[in-house]
Amino acid sequence: MRENRPVTARGYPLPVAVALLLGTLAFAWAADGGHARAAQAEEFLVATHEVGRHGGQLVVTQRSEPRTLNPVIVADVPSREVINLTTGDLIHVNRETQRPEPALARSWTVSPDGRRTTLTLRRGIRFSDGDPFDADDVVFSFEVYQDPKIDSPQRELLSVGGRPIAVRKIDQYTVQFDLAEPRAVGERLFDTVAMLPKHRLEPVFREGRLAEAWRLGTAPSDIAGLGPFRFQQYVPGQRLALERNPHYWKTDRAGGRLPYLDRVTFVTATSEDAQVLRFQAGEADVLARVGAENFAALERDQASRGYALKDLGPGLEYSMLFFNLNDLTEAQSAIAAKQRWFGLTAFRQAVSAAIDRDSIVRLVYRGRATPLAGHVTPGNRLWTNGQLRAPARSTARAKELLRQAGVRTSAGGQWVDAQGQPLEFSILVNASNPVLNAMATIIQSDLSQIGLRVRIVPFEFRAMLDRILNTHEYEAALLSLGGGDGDPTSEMNVWLSSGPQHLWHLGQKSPATPWESEIDRLMRAQATMLDPSARKRAYDRVQQIVADDLPFIFLVSPNVLVGSRRDLGNFRPAVLEPQVLWNADELFWRRPSPGPSR
Amino acid sequence: MSRSSRGRFAVVLLAAVYASAVLAGFLAPYDPVEQNRLLAFAPPTRLHLVDDSGRLHLRPFVYALVPRPGTFDVYDEDRSRPYPIRLFPNGASYRLAALIPGDRHLFGVDEPARLFLMGSDEYGRDLFSRLIHGTQISPVAGLLAACLAVSVGLVIGGVAGFYGSVTDQVLMRVAELVMAVPWLYLLLALRAALPLALEPIHAFLLVVVVIGVVGWARPARLVRSVVLSARTRDYVLAARSFGASDARVLRRHVLPEALGVALTQLALLVPQCILAEVTLSFFGLGVGEPLPSWGNMLAGVQRFHVLASYWWMFLPGLALVPLFLIYYAVTDVLHRRLVLRSP
Repeated sequence: MRENRPVTARGYPLPVAVALLLGTLAFAWAADGGHARAAQAEEFLVATHEVGRHGGQLVVTQRSEPRTLNPVIVADVPSREVINLTTGDLIHVNRETQRPEPALARSWTVSPDGRRTTLTLRRGIRFSDGDPFDADDVVFSFEVYQDPKIDSPQRELLSVGGRPIAVRKIDQYTVQFDLAEPRAVGERLFDTVAMLPKHRLEPVFREGRLAEAWRLGTAPSDIAGLGPFRFQQYVPGQRLALERNPHYWKTDRAGGRLPYLDRVTFVTATSEDAQVLRFQAGEADVLARVGAENFAALERDQASRGYALKDLGPGLEYSMLFFNLNDLTEAQSAIAAKQRWFGLTAFRQAVSAAIDRDSIVRLVYRGRATPLAGHVTPGNRLWTNGQLRAPARSTARAKELLRQAGVRTSAGGQWVDAQGQPLEFSILVNASNPVLNAMATIIQSDLSQIGLRVRIVPFEFRAMLDRILNTHEYEAALLSLGGGDGDPTSEMNVWLSSGPQHLWHLGQKSPATPWESEIDRLMRAQATMLDPSARKRAYDRVQQIVADDLPFIFLVSPNVLVGSRRDLGNFRPAVLEPQVLWNADELFWRRPSPGPSR
Repeated sequence: MSRSSRGRFAVVLLAAVYASAVLAGFLAPYDPVEQNRLLAFAPPTRLHLVDDSGRLHLRPFVYALVPRPGTFDVYDEDRSRPYPIRLFPNGASYRLAALIPGDRHLFGVDEPARLFLMGSDEYGRDLFSRLIHGTQISPVAGLLAACLAVSVGLVIGGVAGFYGSVTDQVLMRVAELVMAVPWLYLLLALRAALPLALEPIHAFLLVVVVIGVVGWARPARLVRSVVLSARTRDYVLAARSFGASDARVLRRHVLPEALGVALTQLALLVPQCILAEVTLSFFGLGVGEPLPSWGNMLAGVQRFHVLASYWWMFLPGLALVPLFLIYYAVTDVLHRRLVLRSP
């Protein structure tokens, strides 16, 4: 058995390491001390952040209204944002360190074969309605998430090797999880799997109505969770308010119970511009996912308006251009004819070499982005392959690569392939995304410099996805993908040749190329490797193959840009979602009066 | 200025606008798609008469702009050398009216200086050149589309109003149906049925046809109401009693009554059609990048950061205001000439 320590201080700068070490000691003391004293004393998690003051409220804007408060069926971002604050998970990925940490589980052990995980729960902690939390709630929660009738979006993640995880209660505070095969992500499985109160939800679950429970109209007293806040009020079309959970299971170093804020209010602002304006006017306290252009516009009166902006550097999102390499029907012969050169690595490398990524960074992102060589961005600190370098723009090299691809220039100076067909193609792009459209305009101009004629085809987003995923009626497309939790396993759907998001060539029965076959092998192997460094080597190799063979031509990774009121304490945004509210339990107002009376 | 001379003036101005569509390549100093990536969002170039040494130049001149290091959109004038404005310099090649090749421009400055009369956009493209080249697309497409919509409206509204009863019922219900149809979904379906990439000329015609087909119902209803009242007038009844055919009564006596309404609709529809381009571009039906359509230029302004930071991006929009006023003036003239028969 190997024991997982909550936080390893290795690799951190000294002050951080000391702080983490103190936190660990404090945690260990609280845990052991609590255990020794009495079974029912609360085993708090002691946070290591700056000690703040209680009171005040936080106003957060969302692009659309939340749809549900039910963590089992939640699928939309606004609801997820709310539910993250009202629920707790067993093991939580620290958004700052990107590593798993104890949460409702005080500690855990993993068997040597990696198939059995045993969790020890905190004792004496309570749901927001005051009822105790123990192993029965854990077993019940997993039964709900794995129920095929409810078909929770989490169900897929919780089945390993095609079989659900077997969950068994050992005693009141110990739960054992058995996996069908070893799973390298290990503890990450438990992140954001919200624990449910059995005493409240079991009756509706047995009646088969759990998917309908906990709507926005449900009375706050009927909802209970383990998050720092609990549901207080929902006014349709206006706001959703959460209040402080008096039973929350974390304290600060001084022993004060978290969270500090009395209230978190979510209001709707339907566009990024609307969110920016409300933030600028002081009607919202934090701002996330802001574009570089609005960030630049906000930057100018940062000092006078009392807010602070932060550029967190590259996030996990990446943009890329890819060609349609799907198996096509007879009727799609025009695209199939172009696939003769889309399919050539040298052609894709030529396109990649012709693109001026630095201009995209400068013109589209005001310098707040990073040119990319592969799909794992520098923001993904644990997994990025540091050896890869984004290709510098070279029209000479691009032309040389085109010649290697077997195309030649015709009399008119236009490139033609072996059949005499001119090299021109169209790029599909989401019409409502100005950033991607701007990139397309730059790429179009870049490719015209090497003699490739490109047409931009703006499309309504769903129609575009239909073409990419179903009909395959396109030549090339420009997309931006977000990167889950940053772990390689969350990228399996993209890189496995049979994956549902293997966008350039979907529905493969067996890998179409030797390099796709190698990626399949490496991705499958890393998913069950228990040695992190072996996993890293495997994933580095995947990144190298992808960067060489370019099924996606990677463009840039935008920086994560956020903002908050200047006097919001402990505001430590992270590149992982939820970027600004992940430590909502630690946020506090430095101003003397407990927040504005909004 | 008397009403008639004002009208004539408006007609001359409108003719000048459409002439500039033909002469766009010559009038615009730069290629409208040429990107100057180190001059993104450059403000309108300042014209000087007096240089740093205090010397007065007879010919206005400009300084080259250099980006201030470490900034994205802040520029300094390089005052070491003035670049006088030249008439008829050589520059980017073009074709007048898509036929006659040329590379002389009306005015310009030597490289590396740039003369951005209206500033530059996010890719460092000259807004003035884009506005001028845009006359080849937007006002033409707008006018054609509006004419199509009003003509169809005139015929359908005229027939419905004139014949009344079942014909009227059927045509007006169709018009209501057209107004009630969720066009956005039909446009999606239409786009799906079309080839992936459209030639610019096809996209242009498509814009005209789509706007025409969508836009006829409102003018038709207005025309119908006018015709409905006109057909019971005494002079119409008199014409009928003298044995005039339906076609003659419609043409000579009834439709001229509706012409005023139709012309007013035309003047109102042209600007709307130009803006409708933006919506169509959203569905991949419009004239796309990098071609300079006015609709797309206006769409670029509707963003907070542009609104907050780059005032000159509004200049093309402001330039359209007098144009739309000219349209009103011209339709006013036409109305008086054709309908009221007053000089």
